[in-house]
Amino acid sequence: MMPKRKPQYIVIGGGLAGLALTMKLCENGGQVTLVSYQPVKRSHSACAQGGINAAIDTKGEGDSPETHFYDTVKGGDFLAHQPLVRDMCHQAPAIIHLMDRLGVAFNRTPEGHLEFRRFGGTLYSRTAFAGATTGQQLLYALDEQVRRYEHDGQVQKLEAHEYLSAVLDKQGICRGAVIHDLHTGDIFSLKGDAVVLATGGPAKVYGKTTGSTVCNGAATTSAYLQGAKYANGEFIQVHPTAIPSQDKLRLMSESARGEGGRIWVPRKPHDPRDPLSIPEEERYYFLEENHPLYGNLVPRDVASREIHDIVYNKNLGVDGQPMVYLDLTHQSEKFLEERLGGILDIYTKFTGDDPKKVPMKIFPAVHYSMGGIWTDYEHDGHGLIDHRSPRNQMTSIPGLYAAGEADYQFHGANRLGANSLLSCIYTGLMMGPGLIEYSRNLGNRFEDISSTIYDQTRDQWRGRFEAFKQMNGRENPYQLHQDLGDVMLANVLIVRENSKLEKALGQIDDLEGRFRNIKCPDTTHWSNPAPSMIQQLYCQIQLAKIITKGALMRNEFRGAHYKPEFDLNQPHEFDPHEYVEYLEKKHYGEVPEADFPQGHLAYMKRYETNNEQWLKTTIAEYKNNQPEISYEEVDTSVVAPRPRKYD
Amino acid sequence: MTENKTIVLKVRRQEQPNSKPFWQEFELPLKPRANIISCLMDIQMNPVTRDGQEVSPVVWECNCLEEVCGACTMVINGKVRQACTALVDTLEKPIVLEPMSKFPLVRDLHVDRSRMFENLKKVKAWIHVDGTYDIGEGPVFPEKQRAKAYLLSECMTCGCCLEACPQFTKDNDFMGASTFSQVRLFNMHPTGAMEQEERLEAVMGAGGIADCGNAQVCVEVCPKKIPLTESIAEIGRETTLQLLKNLFLK
Repeated sequence: MMPKRKPQYIVIGGGLAGLALTMKLCENGGQVTLVSYQPVKRSHSACAQGGINAAIDTKGEGDSPETHFYDTVKGGDFLAHQPLVRDMCHQAPAIIHLMDRLGVAFNRTPEGHLEFRRFGGTLYSRTAFAGATTGQQLLYALDEQVRRYEHDGQVQKLEAHEYLSAVLDKQGICRGAVIHDLHTGDIFSLKGDAVVLATGGPAKVYGKTTGSTVCNGAATTSAYLQGAKYANGEFIQVHPTAIPSQDKLRLMSESARGEGGRIWVPRKPHDPRDPLSIPEEERYYFLEENHPLYGNLVPRDVASREIHDIVYNKNLGVDGQPMVYLDLTHQSEKFLEERLGGILDIYTKFTGDDPKKVPMKIFPAVHYSMGGIWTDYEHDGHGLIDHRSPRNQMTSIPGLYAAGEADYQFHGANRLGANSLLSCIYTGLMMGPGLIEYSRNLGNRFEDISSTIYDQTRDQWRGRFEAFKQMNGRENPYQLHQDLGDVMLANVLIVRENSKLEKALGQIDDLEGRFRNIKCPDTTHWSNPAPSMIQQLYCQIQLAKIITKGALMRNEFRGAHYKPEFDLNQPHEFDPHEYVEYLEKKHYGEVPEADFPQGHLAYMKRYETNNEQWLKTTIAEYKNNQPEISYEEVDTSVVAPRPRKYD
Repeated sequence: MTENKTIVLKVRRQEQPNSKPFWQEFELPLKPRANIISCLMDIQMNPVTRDGQEVSPVVWECNCLEEVCGACTMVINGKVRQACTALVDTLEKPIVLEPMSKFPLVRDLHVDRSRMFENLKKVKAWIHVDGTYDIGEGPVFPEKQRAKAYLLSECMTCGCCLEACPQFTKDNDFMGASTFSQVRLFNMHPTGAMEQEERLEAVMGAGGIADCGNAQVCVEVCPKKIPLTESIAEIGRETTLQLLKNLFLK
């Protein structure tokens, strides 16, 4: 008897999504090759601090997965496909329990059960956490499970390896991947039933960010260059509080403000005095003054916009630099040690200053991409997901899948805190059964296909990398990368204007011109990072175009995409329930102006018209060396979109 | 003192695992809040030595740059530590960078620490669960116990403890403090404890706990302040008990 064929997969990336998927595939009898730049235990998921959301409602607050779902789609300004978000929120409690069983050291209640805490922008204690390193702890638990399967022979890890592209057959079906060994420099093809990109976000397009050095977006961009659709690229989350530094911008968790941290700048521009010697009345607590209700705890996008305004429009940054104070010095040292010890230690380690004694200097930083490679899903007809469908998480290239931050589906126009760890683990686990089905139903398999396509694609990449090594122009690629980041930070960040976006597109084209004049700084043959860096830079230039062109064409203000010119100017006293009422009344004919406070009906009509045009997924496709932009419908079948308001 | 301050970096370089190491010096403008990573990044942008020679940029490993991934560990001014938290202002000049000496060298400051991950397999550093399906809550775990486990679970497999350990060498098979501490972590967990014996057996053999010379330097260099010597003592006790059990009960 022939032994039963084991389905074979290639998973690229060993963060939470890639590891969760690998574990799930192995459990179902799959054989996985796991490809990663670095040992998977060092993946970027380790950087997440705050926690992971699940509406388990252990404190009798009345939280539920449905509320979690509503908060998430509202947080994303209704741009996310609702069945997916709803399914994720319903799976969340089981995911937390699973991670707990895998040994994650989640903080406990006195009875020894899971503890939950509040997080920015939600009314419920929904966030499970493991100290101040929740991402690291979740990553390690999954890493350990995958190590068990590696020990048992079901997983082969290719660490210090890089994904270059998919191998597509004549029908355009993905049959494998081209991989680059970062030590030997060898480029080879791998065969598999399906390839999954669990390659994280593209933060590096912006130069210095809260991202890790591997968050370069190259793998998803490579898929885009091979014809896969890229979605919602212009939606980039900027976190309001990070620690500026020469090499990266490190995150300072929202919880610093939750424990009483106050944000301020000196009222006098470029005030040279020691901050502690500046008297109270000469300090500008701008968040508290402009938002008396939420004060320092306004949502992330609002805080980032305010800080941007203070620093660039009002020229009030600390020492004339793009920085503001985040001040905890009014709290007792004992209180701070107990409540915030971990994150304050990080600040001290990296700046040499003790935040218990001097105000921290912080500034917004690029943090997360809501957009990513386009992926599919199949709903079950009841507002949830059919977990057996091979369509789940498949890109527009058959057989090529994506998961985690690399995809686009869960956070709409703005992500809520502590939802990213959830979406990463959720996609990894959810798509597993569909991938098994996909393998089972394959007509002809990679074993039946001539090896020519593998050899050809491999040889193209060998040629390309050889050409990179021989580049002998005048430009240093690392400098070029920094220049690209500067263009993006200056023009495609918190406040977006069409004139600047147009200018940025021109500048990106200039950078692409300079790219051709690169000098490869290292031409050796062993463990040489330079050719890879050049390839990644090429991808980042293409991705910068996707982000910038998407932003230029989207003439509205939605979530993290803020264009003042197209602000619908929500009336101050507006209540989002009015909109639901308006929609009901509309069923019965013309709605009289007098039914609502003055100006509200006109605003709601503006909102409605705007949604008709712009409540759409942005799709970028690679045509003639440019992203061609089109739009797709968003599935809003579960709850009616309505104006966001957090006052 | 001039307006434009500079710093000098002396870097031990080696092109291949078996080639001859050599030294290069780089002079860089001193920037505010610079760390070793930003200096190495500056070299990437302008790979020219102090004597004006154009060279290939220095190769090193890094990722998170906030001391949670463990990647950028190297020997800085003779002390093993992460390059990201090594702030230039606090370091004696000139700054001397060397790769860790206890692991096979890849190139320049980049070494191969896969031995550490292999050791985690030997001691079964995982919780053996029935499956990933939704079978309800995890075990009750007292917070005090959990807090102890959390300290151990912050180990980022950076290798500082092994670089400093006189017992751990390139050509022996000593597992070292980080592995013993992981054994303690998994034995401490209510479900993990069910495989306690297998883990103890693994550290009772060659390269195991008995080879520890009790130098106690591991705990001094651990960037996460993990109580490694406590873990070693605990595993020592547990293995002694296991040995007695094996003598009398098997």
